[in-house]
Amino acid sequence: MPNIEVGGKQIEVDEDGYIQNLDDWTEDVAKHIAEQESVEMTDAHWEVVQFLRDYYKEYKIAPMIRILVKAIGKAMGPEKGNTKYLYSLFPAGPAKQACKIAGLAKPTGCV
Amino acid sequence: MAATPKPEELQQIDYTPPEKEWMEVPPSFKPGTWCYAGKPQILEYLGLPNPRKWSPADEDWKFPDNWKNTILEGIRERLLKFRSFHLFMDICVRCGACADKCHFYLGSGDPKNMPVLRAELLRSIYRREFTLTGKIFKKMAGGRELTEEVIKEWFSYFYQCTECRRCSVFCPYGIDTAEITMMGRELLHLIGMNTNWILEPAANCYRMGNHLGIQPHAFKDSLLGLVEDIEMETGIKVDPSFNRKGAEILFITPSADVFAMPAIFTMMGYMMLFHHLDLDVTFSTYASEGGNFGLFTSHEMQKRLNYKMYAEAKRLGVKWILGGECGHMWRVIHQYMGTHWDGCDELEVPVSPVTGTRFEHAKFTKMIHICEFTADLIKNNKLKLNPKRNDPYRVTFHDSCNPARGMGFFEEPRYVIENVANNFFEMPENTIREQTFCCGAGTGLNTDEFMEMRMRGGYPRASALKYVAGKHDVNLMATICAIDKATLDALVKYWIPEVEIGGVHELVGNALEMEGQNDRETNLRGEPLPVEPSESPPAAEGGEAGAEGGEA
Repeated sequence: MPNIEVGGKQIEVDEDGYIQNLDDWTEDVAKHIAEQESVEMTDAHWEVVQFLRDYYKEYKIAPMIRILVKAIGKAMGPEKGNTKYLYSLFPAGPAKQACKIAGLAKPTGCV
Repeated sequence: MAATPKPEELQQIDYTPPEKEWMEVPPSFKPGTWCYAGKPQILEYLGLPNPRKWSPADEDWKFPDNWKNTILEGIRERLLKFRSFHLFMDICVRCGACADKCHFYLGSGDPKNMPVLRAELLRSIYRREFTLTGKIFKKMAGGRELTEEVIKEWFSYFYQCTECRRCSVFCPYGIDTAEITMMGRELLHLIGMNTNWILEPAANCYRMGNHLGIQPHAFKDSLLGLVEDIEMETGIKVDPSFNRKGAEILFITPSADVFAMPAIFTMMGYMMLFHHLDLDVTFSTYASEGGNFGLFTSHEMQKRLNYKMYAEAKRLGVKWILGGECGHMWRVIHQYMGTHWDGCDELEVPVSPVTGTRFEHAKFTKMIHICEFTADLIKNNKLKLNPKRNDPYRVTFHDSCNPARGMGFFEEPRYVIENVANNFFEMPENTIREQTFCCGAGTGLNTDEFMEMRMRGGYPRASALKYVAGKHDVNLMATICAIDKATLDALVKYWIPEVEIGGVHELVGNALEMEGQNDRETNLRGEPLPVEPSESPPAAEGGEAGAEGGEA
């Protein structure tokens, strides 16, 4: 499996560039992954990334898009709690791309 | 991850076989046509041999010492243990009836995806090593040496088969080609050649009770989130219970119904139905998975994961188990469970507490399908339904391979759909019921890195769907399998984006008249319903969360 190098540190990622050890995540790692994904991180992006990390801390699983939309809507208002807004931030898909930047594991199974 | 070619490119399928004889053509590992290797920590967790980092794209697959002997011993053991396997190795006459019945062959044109040739990959080793003629006449008798190339070829083609068994319907000898793939995969596991997308769910299920790895509090909170959604759509607050001892019924469904789109809409339908009937039913956060990725791994793994459902049923003291809209769970229940153990005497033959119907056919499994349960309710006039709320949908039904060919489950889902929706249209008859075409990604092939093969394998299904979409403006394909709901969603987005994927109990939930409900201005996806259904155009779109959510 390949590695990425951030700030002189080797970080293991899987075939699709998801980091393998969630403790390896730092803001610099997130920036590095975002750059590879051609996503320019703004406060709005960090807000979602932080939400995902908090969710993961509590539930040990990446939220599905519907939960993400709903929870962001509750916390940050309806103008942000919609898929259109999230896709505008993460064009390759809020769940997959944002989770990758946030350093969460990919969900598996019948999904 | 490789970019998937565009539909126009994939449609150019070349059916010309290679010039060389099949044994001379090495497998190729083009991105998009194989799944990532099992991660070492997952293999270790499951106690599987040869955990290591490797990739099918590598030259060196890191074979374990003495691997050849391990494989040959594995074949020997299975020939003795499974008479079916021995028979299937011997009886094929290469008539070719199966050749053009496989969705992967139809979508790829690769002759090694003809079921007869896929089986021949293994049969050639059987002949060479286990038959007298093969030992003496070798290649002349259809035998060949077991080499690393052969193993790579097995890996390629046994993971380009979804064990859907459509080919077996056409085999005059009744050879179950899925079982040949299953044996091939079991043998590959003996030397650590496997895929992560199958093993990680199996490990999750073993450790946390379900494939997705949803922990109890996440499971509960997710369903409570759906309770809020149901209240918003209907004005009714349903009240699911969890791990409740003494409940009459344990409900087990795929974890995708809890945590993936669009399967959660089906979950909303189940919960509304249970609430409406005041059914004495509980969810379990331990037996929180109907699916069984063990079926795609080995008989041993399958047995481990199946048993936990019954262990939990015993622990909770329920009378019987109600199973959700799952595909391969039912193949395990109907066709393999009886070979694993003697069944659960502590449970009772399922009896519907609403209609009194005794489901005698389930006296061994103690488990019935939610569509049987609901069809029985409708037949006995126990539900008040308003199919008009499904009028924006023009519905077709995709028979999922395992309930269809594994248990002959054709009528019940159709009966339910026809009672909850006014517009139902069948796809062509050679693509439904026992001849149904696979979604293209069952048996744990529903992973993104395999997308090109998924779109190829799903092409026959998509073509049949396109036909009814063109002829009858079908805009929703209902199905009763969680893998289908996820994979067909990707398939239709690729081949025929005007169609959405839904569940049968999602349609039930839409149509169900519940006491005390509000005016029901939206369906379960939050999409507005037409006030005058007959005057409004079909295909309500929009619905923030529903229409665009192509991800899990």
